[in-house]
Amino acid sequence: MSLLVPFEYEFFRNGFLAAVVVGALCGFIGVYVVLRRMSYIGHGLSHAIFGGAVLSYVMNVNFFVGAGLWALFSGLLIHLISHRRWVGADAAIGVVTTSSFALGVAIVSTYRSFTRNIEAALFGNILGITQKDLWIVLIISLIVSAVLIMLRRQLLFATFDPEVASAYGVSTGKIDLIFITLLAVTVLASTQILGVTLVAAAMVIPPVIARYLTNRFQRLLILSPLIGIVCGAVGMYLSFYLDVSSAATIVLTSAALFIVLETFFWFRRRGRTLHPPFSTG
Amino acid sequence: MNTHDHPPGHGHGSLHPHGIEEPPVSKVSGVPLVELANASNSYGATIALQDISLKIWPGQFLAIVGPNGGGKTTLLRTILGTAPVQQGKVLLRGKDPQRSSLERIGYVPQLETIDWNFPITVEEVIAMGFFGRGRWFRSIGDDERRKLQDVMARLNLSGLGDRHIRELSGGQQQAVFLGRALLGNPELILLDEPTAGLDIRSRDDVIHFLHEINHQGVAIVITAHDLNWVAAHLPWVVCLNRRLIAEGRPQEVLNASVLKETYRGEMVVFHHDGMVMIGERPHAPHT
Repeated sequence: MSLLVPFEYEFFRNGFLAAVVVGALCGFIGVYVVLRRMSYIGHGLSHAIFGGAVLSYVMNVNFFVGAGLWALFSGLLIHLISHRRWVGADAAIGVVTTSSFALGVAIVSTYRSFTRNIEAALFGNILGITQKDLWIVLIISLIVSAVLIMLRRQLLFATFDPEVASAYGVSTGKIDLIFITLLAVTVLASTQILGVTLVAAAMVIPPVIARYLTNRFQRLLILSPLIGIVCGAVGMYLSFYLDVSSAATIVLTSAALFIVLETFFWFRRRGRTLHPPFSTG
Repeated sequence: MNTHDHPPGHGHGSLHPHGIEEPPVSKVSGVPLVELANASNSYGATIALQDISLKIWPGQFLAIVGPNGGGKTTLLRTILGTAPVQQGKVLLRGKDPQRSSLERIGYVPQLETIDWNFPITVEEVIAMGFFGRGRWFRSIGDDERRKLQDVMARLNLSGLGDRHIRELSGGQQQAVFLGRALLGNPELILLDEPTAGLDIRSRDDVIHFLHEINHQGVAIVITAHDLNWVAAHLPWVVCLNRRLIAEGRPQEVLNASVLKETYRGEMVVFHHDGMVMIGERPHAPHT
């Protein structure tokens, strides 16, 4: 079967598995990212990690350790600044993440020798994923998913109606802190695969597509990771045959699906002159 | 007229002017559910509440009326504990709120503040009432599922659990959030403008639910703008404009001088067949 040809190569098998796992993880956490209107945080954190990744490289520290600590630090800093209220969350993200990104760029401009690795950090290196990387990504995905599943009800309450959730005894501050930590870890796991510039798309587009298909939160939690998986798998296949960047093809696949659905519902809206394009299913 | 020293109750099983039987107000323990003592609250330099002293008793049903920006929502949030007082104190059952259970207070926010595009069903919203303090990692058991169904049946929401919240009528939407509040077996439910934006039928549904819940001994505090609706349906009213202007039965409190002080405007108050009716005084025509 020609469809199985790519699987003859280990780099493709690893990349394919990584794309599917990260697609599911980003699709899952992305539901909360989109509903909590934190898309910009996902985008910002991935840029912040760039600083940590470059520093790790320079200091010869393992990427997951160095960039991971950097991501956690950036996430907590954003959380602290935005909760002081005198600076909005968007401004806090802008300050922290662009500073971190700028630090990375400054170091790169000094050490011109590692252009290729930086390119991988910026645009992903899915075909360079090793078995060890794959295991790390898989373990991170399982831990993040397990915490998200255990906290799904409190997260839902704190996302839907934070003030009332707080009055009912849900520790919204702790929930926010846990969530931003999970988000930082997710971005860390995904950056090596999709790259700094494309991670946010993997977290935002699948839940937005799923939102077109259902009005139910529980179904959204199932559909969004599934869409992430499908886009990851299809994107990998297409990139193999088209010989285009895998990370970019994955994001473009999900973007294409989004455009198809948006167009379909646009025509349906015009036909019905109804409310937003959400199905009742 | 300030009736702070007025007895807290509003009759003991007596009939309201509209034939609604007033539920008995319990003073068994002699301790109010909520007591605000000279409570003041501000947002930066803006004073939201000033020197408020108010007691809410078990089984009481009262409305807080006042102009926009008069502190009605802030008063609810102060009772709830999400807007801490800067001066004075708030006691729940005579105790510091931090040492008493806040789970026994239900809160229904203004429907306007709800994100109606949020992907969530009726049942998912009501079930949030289970996810309060100490419920980390726990899921819903069989008993809780039965209780959820009971509450939905009480509020005529049976069979609507899988619907998106936007697909309901205004009265049903209010019932959903009331259901969420009811799941915690509250002694007190606070509702922020539960009739805002509702048509007459939906408002009737809401007051029906509220009276039914109140008759089961739950104290209810609502904020409202429609003075005639308050006068017709509620036994006790608190007039608020950053400070407490007056409280008492609508027939006693809703008079021209109190309303003028509360709203800083002239209103016409007249009595008909035991009812209080409030109208706006028309502006003099321009010449």
